[in-house]
Amino acid sequence: MLAAFIIVFREAIEAGLIVGIVLAATRGLAHRGRWIAYGVGGGVIGACLVAAFAGELGNLFEGSGQELFNAAILLFAVGMLTWHNVWMASHGRDMARQLQQVGAAVASGDRSLMALALVVGVAVLREGSEVVLFLYGVLMGGASPMTIGAGGALGLLGGVALSVVMYLGLLAVPTKRLFGVTSGLIVLVAAGLASQAVAFLQQGGFISMLMTPLWDTSWLLTDGSVPGRLLKTLIGYTAQPDGAQLIAYLATIALMVGLMSATRPRVRPLPAHAE
Amino acid sequence: MSLILRLSLAALLLAPMGLSAGVARAEDSTVIQVTLSNHRFDPAEIHVPAGKKVDLVVTNKDAEPEEFDSSDLKVEKVIAGGQQATIHLRPLAAGKYAFEGEYHDDTAKGVVIAE
Repeated sequence: MLAAFIIVFREAIEAGLIVGIVLAATRGLAHRGRWIAYGVGGGVIGACLVAAFAGELGNLFEGSGQELFNAAILLFAVGMLTWHNVWMASHGRDMARQLQQVGAAVASGDRSLMALALVVGVAVLREGSEVVLFLYGVLMGGASPMTIGAGGALGLLGGVALSVVMYLGLLAVPTKRLFGVTSGLIVLVAAGLASQAVAFLQQGGFISMLMTPLWDTSWLLTDGSVPGRLLKTLIGYTAQPDGAQLIAYLATIALMVGLMSATRPRVRPLPAHAE
Repeated sequence: MSLILRLSLAALLLAPMGLSAGVARAEDSTVIQVTLSNHRFDPAEIHVPAGKKVDLVVTNKDAEPEEFDSSDLKVEKVIAGGQQATIHLRPLAAGKYAFEGEYHDDTAKGVVIAE
């Protein structure tokens, strides 16, 4: 039961934090709960499919199918997060104003919500498929479904608790600043995902440049520890980043910030300003 | 604006792929066979030459899936029950690198020693 709890909780960390951030970043958007629920539901179905076809997936691309798949969905998530942030750069100010005045969901941003629902789906799919494989394995190995189920449920509850803490923490930010903070967080999350995608491409043999670790902070914080995993999701922490990962990380930040400032309306927008 | 956005997104998605162009897959790497049975790696202590590319070919003889996991080696790879997977190790500096089977980490443990 402890093993089930530990594994499920460990995997639920990333999805939990991302759901919390997405909930805060979409405050004031109509139907956000429904979209996020679609994301989680789709992610769970995807996780089961990926787990069921793990063997077949792994055999693609000369045995590197799994790495390519992971890198592709991570980069897809980076694209969706970029899209959301660019959208937010032009709509965030109005949304914050409406929230301050009305205090409830008013704005509509279905496309941006869809992008974030896909990000939630990807996070659930990635972490969830590992959980499904683990549970399948231990049940096959003869463990009692009751104890495994109890451990897994507790682990899942831990992930939900993290979502709530993240969300409530972000709600403590003054409404005027909220979207600035969530956009900043999303840039760092996306940069971290890009760096993880590079690690998968390296593991699959698709990138073999700049692979020497630049530094090693594992004496301070290992990737596998709970704080290490929290920071991995939030800012892309890894104890031993290499050159290619660092380039991907910085390039993602530069690209997102560049696109966001190119889209942000001027301080005094012309009435005729169109998108 | 929309065109710039789309081009930038495409660049973002394709940039890492571009790096791989012209980079040959590791034909010249050393291949080491590892088996996993009863949730134990054999050999559990793997000696590899430092600074060289090494491929670990891991055969999972158990019926259950396992995840080969090592933050030291920067590797995480699921190996389905009864399947084989190749793990490309980056050229390693001399030293010890722990790895484990994440789903059975009480028994499935090992170390790569680069020398």
